[in-house]
Amino acid sequence: MSKTLLSFRELPRGLQSAALLSVCLAAFAAFAAWAEDPPGVELRIENHRFTPAEIVVPAHRPVVIHIKNLDATAEEFDSSALKVEKVIAGHGEGSVHLRPLAPGRYPFKGEYHEATAQGVVVAK
Amino acid sequence: MLGAAVITFREVIEAGLIVGIVLAASHGVVGRGRVVSAGIALGVLGAALLAAFADQLNAAFVGSGQELFQAAILLAAVVMLAWHNIWMASHGRAMAREMRALGTDVSEGRRPVRMLGMVVGIAVLREGSEVVLFLYGIAAAGGVSGLGILGGGVIGLAGGVLVAALMYRGLLAIPAGRLFAVTGWLITLLAAGMASQAVVFLQQGGYAAILAEPLWDTRWLLAEDSILGRLAHTLVGYTDQPDGLQLLAYGATILAITMLARTVRASHQRAQARLAAESRFG
Repeated sequence: MSKTLLSFRELPRGLQSAALLSVCLAAFAAFAAWAEDPPGVELRIENHRFTPAEIVVPAHRPVVIHIKNLDATAEEFDSSALKVEKVIAGHGEGSVHLRPLAPGRYPFKGEYHEATAQGVVVAK
Repeated sequence: MLGAAVITFREVIEAGLIVGIVLAASHGVVGRGRVVSAGIALGVLGAALLAAFADQLNAAFVGSGQELFQAAILLAAVVMLAWHNIWMASHGRAMAREMRALGTDVSEGRRPVRMLGMVVGIAVLREGSEVVLFLYGIAAAGGVSGLGILGGGVIGLAGGVLVAALMYRGLLAIPAGRLFAVTGWLITLLAAGMASQAVVFLQQGGYAAILAEPLWDTRWLLAEDSILGRLAHTLVGYTDQPDGLQLLAYGATILAITMLARTVRASHQRAQARLAAESRFG
């Protein structure tokens, strides 16, 4: 049966590392679930604008932004500085977990309405 | 119309690059056009569904269903790309020999080209749903005619097709004997980049809140949101501020794929040598 595509017994070492990796990932996920919820900030989208347009958060700490879209059409909360992209459906809402930020200004935008939907996260 | 064209193009670049790589990696396989087309068609269908149910999906997991979904399909794509490379490790050498000897149309049709077709579908699904929502948004806002939106979408899409064609043509310029070695590496890096992107989505959804601080910043060298940065992001998973968990996922993916491929190749060669010895002496 040398033609068998992948006889799993033939690759114990590789499989072991793969299994180890998935166990690690599962442990990470479990750890993350155990960690307590970070502080939250509310953000609204209305008439394709963000309110508040400037969000102040503590530096070096994880933060959650709860986004509520009051418009009828979808918006994509997008920031290359924050490494975040998330579609919020029309009349929908969603949360975005930010990574811990070094002090500074991190602009974000609504990708579908760039002309008006602009904002910034300020980490202090 | 221009706005629609620009956004559509920006979203379809990634899918275009992946289609180009997949077409090159499946060079010489009978019926691959059908498989890739099916992948694109399913991706478009899925994108429309995803756009329509974005809100329900999100609400299903305390406002973060989208992130879970994105991470899940990205990881599925990583597994399929890995599978393709591991399969090629045991059959690729023979195929390259065949191609050189007999031309390009004799390769066996058993190759896991369906895996690659699904990867194309996933790429189209991810980018396509954003295009759908965006174009729908402009249509709903009024101001731009339906024809203008359609025209913009078509122009942007044509740009994506051009990217795919360029990628494919460029790769085919590589001599046949080395083509699969190159596409193998491209696919490994593609998979590593997707694994790293999946980590970003898990972090964004609050499912992996560890090692999340950026390790360095190479924005001064290449910004991720520049055109070149986006290309590098898609092709090799470039990011200007990687965090620890991303780096770990990136490295682990490359390591896992190359190690598995090497193990499979070695055992395949042993089996072939044994067969050869048996036919000589047995």
